[in-house]
Amino acid sequence: MKNIYLDNAAATPLNQMVIKEITECLTKIDGNPSSFHSKGLEAKEAIDDARKKVANTINCKPNEIIFTSGGTESINLALKGIAFANKSKGNHIITSKIEHHAVLNTCKFLEKNGFNVTYLDVDKYGQVNPQDIEKVITDKTIVISIMYANNEIGTIEPIERIGNIAHSKNVYFHSDGCQAGGLLPINVQNLNVDLFSLNGSKMYGPKGTGILYVKNGIKLEPLIHGGGQENGLRSGTENVGGIVGFSKALELAQNKWLEENKRLSKLSHKLIEGLLKIPKSRLNGHPTERLINNVNISFLDVEGESIVLRLNEIGIYASTSSACTSKSLETSHVLKAIGLPYEASHGSIRFTLGDATTEKDIDFVIKSMHYIVEFLRKISPLNLSMEHFK
Amino acid sequence: MRKIKTHADIKAKVDSQKWFYSNTVKDHFFKPRNFLDGTKAEKYKYDGLGLVGSPACGDMMKVWIKVDKKKDKIKEMKWATFGCASAIASTSMLSLIVSENGGMKIDKALKIKPQDITERLKGLPTRKFHCSVLGDKALRGAINDYFRKTNQNTRIVLEGARVIDKETNVTDKDIEEAVLEGAYTLQEIQEKLKVGVSNKSCVPEVEQLIKFYNEKYFGNPSQ
Repeated sequence: MKNIYLDNAAATPLNQMVIKEITECLTKIDGNPSSFHSKGLEAKEAIDDARKKVANTINCKPNEIIFTSGGTESINLALKGIAFANKSKGNHIITSKIEHHAVLNTCKFLEKNGFNVTYLDVDKYGQVNPQDIEKVITDKTIVISIMYANNEIGTIEPIERIGNIAHSKNVYFHSDGCQAGGLLPINVQNLNVDLFSLNGSKMYGPKGTGILYVKNGIKLEPLIHGGGQENGLRSGTENVGGIVGFSKALELAQNKWLEENKRLSKLSHKLIEGLLKIPKSRLNGHPTERLINNVNISFLDVEGESIVLRLNEIGIYASTSSACTSKSLETSHVLKAIGLPYEASHGSIRFTLGDATTEKDIDFVIKSMHYIVEFLRKISPLNLSMEHFK
Repeated sequence: MRKIKTHADIKAKVDSQKWFYSNTVKDHFFKPRNFLDGTKAEKYKYDGLGLVGSPACGDMMKVWIKVDKKKDKIKEMKWATFGCASAIASTSMLSLIVSENGGMKIDKALKIKPQDITERLKGLPTRKFHCSVLGDKALRGAINDYFRKTNQNTRIVLEGARVIDKETNVTDKDIEEAVLEGAYTLQEIQEKLKVGVSNKSCVPEVEQLIKFYNEKYFGNPSQ
């Protein structure tokens, strides 16, 4: 059976070089980084080196990096941390309707705790209009959180411009960069961000690892209290192996993002072109401002889960934002935000290519998708018109 | 096109063979029985037709039946389904149930419950239960259509209310009424009906029904 993994936006396989570094670290290092002896020092040095590596890679100072358990924790720390540390300054937060649930549900929690949140609309391609931010900023606004690139439809947000607006109004700017690690350049100075979240498991690093970049001088209220590790912002004995693995993965990913973009560009364009030949289909997201590995397409008259399970059967692993597979039974909030009608969003499939994807894989996926959609349409009572894509 | 090289340092691991449903569901999903090919539906001669669900809701089923009038039995059931794997498998299984052993008596077919289908499918995840609820409704719709066409109006069965929460005896009709009165969220429904407050196992189905009726009447699903 084939083994074509096209769900790299959900999780990426570990890079062999990262596995090697982690294994070496776990084999050699036993001590607690906080211990005052050789064993402890050894562990501390491993973390210090990793922190320097990350700082060099994303162009910041080592003391601006907080290692966390992943994107969700980083985002929680950024938003709750800023909110609770800046209560005296204000209680207003701005974000968008297409953020990851880590942002949306953190904001919902903050709403229950006395904060006001504005959820900005996006255009039909999923982009936030920076001018909308100017309109809703008040003197009570303390933080803006807009993602670097969307996880479902791959749309890249104009975060440099949003950062400029935030700074001109003296408001902090956080961006969720979890999808961008291996696909976009990450230079926190150029990106105009004050806080930036990344996770390891979407750039060929280990699961359960991530960072929050926090510009020097910004005060956060910690979520986890204890022994005061990570500058007092994230207590608990450090995940030394994970931290080492994360730093290696980030370095490797950032070293080759451009080369990887060139390679994936041909593959994803071929996939988009091949899939849009299936009647009654459309590409979701921005035509050009999108993550190069993301192909999100809706097909009328068929349901996403059925497609994904049929693909699964022949060794193709993709994803659907269909209500049927999610725990909430709701369709995707992202597809809803870009105005896709429910009947169309039920038949949406996301393929996210990765380092291991080959052209042969793409050819096989296109061929299989033509067959699967045709078959499912045969047994479907629907025959919706293209109007449903408008 | 130039051959594109991949990176040898990144390899996908072992093949995964895990599956989410029972093997029976899998069998019917991959080899659906008795479906009516959409391209041939127009020419198909039938005695009764039933339709349930909506495309916005994510599940829709159409059922065609042919009836042996002398024996008052279902001779053939054809179907078409838009929905997830369990929706497809459950309609396929329903078609088998009513047409096996020379066909099912109409009176018996009217009594098929969703549980009868899921039992034959060797179970479905709780959240998927609603999908198979639709199959029996579409079948009753088709039988009623047959009754209408053959002037057996006295035999038409109006959709009876179905108890959703055994503790409160709240039925799908109660939920439908509550939605029509403006309840939009699970919380609002619970404020009116107390459904699923202590018997939490029915909550997924209640949520599905709220969504279903909101879409049916207002075209917008609840949050």
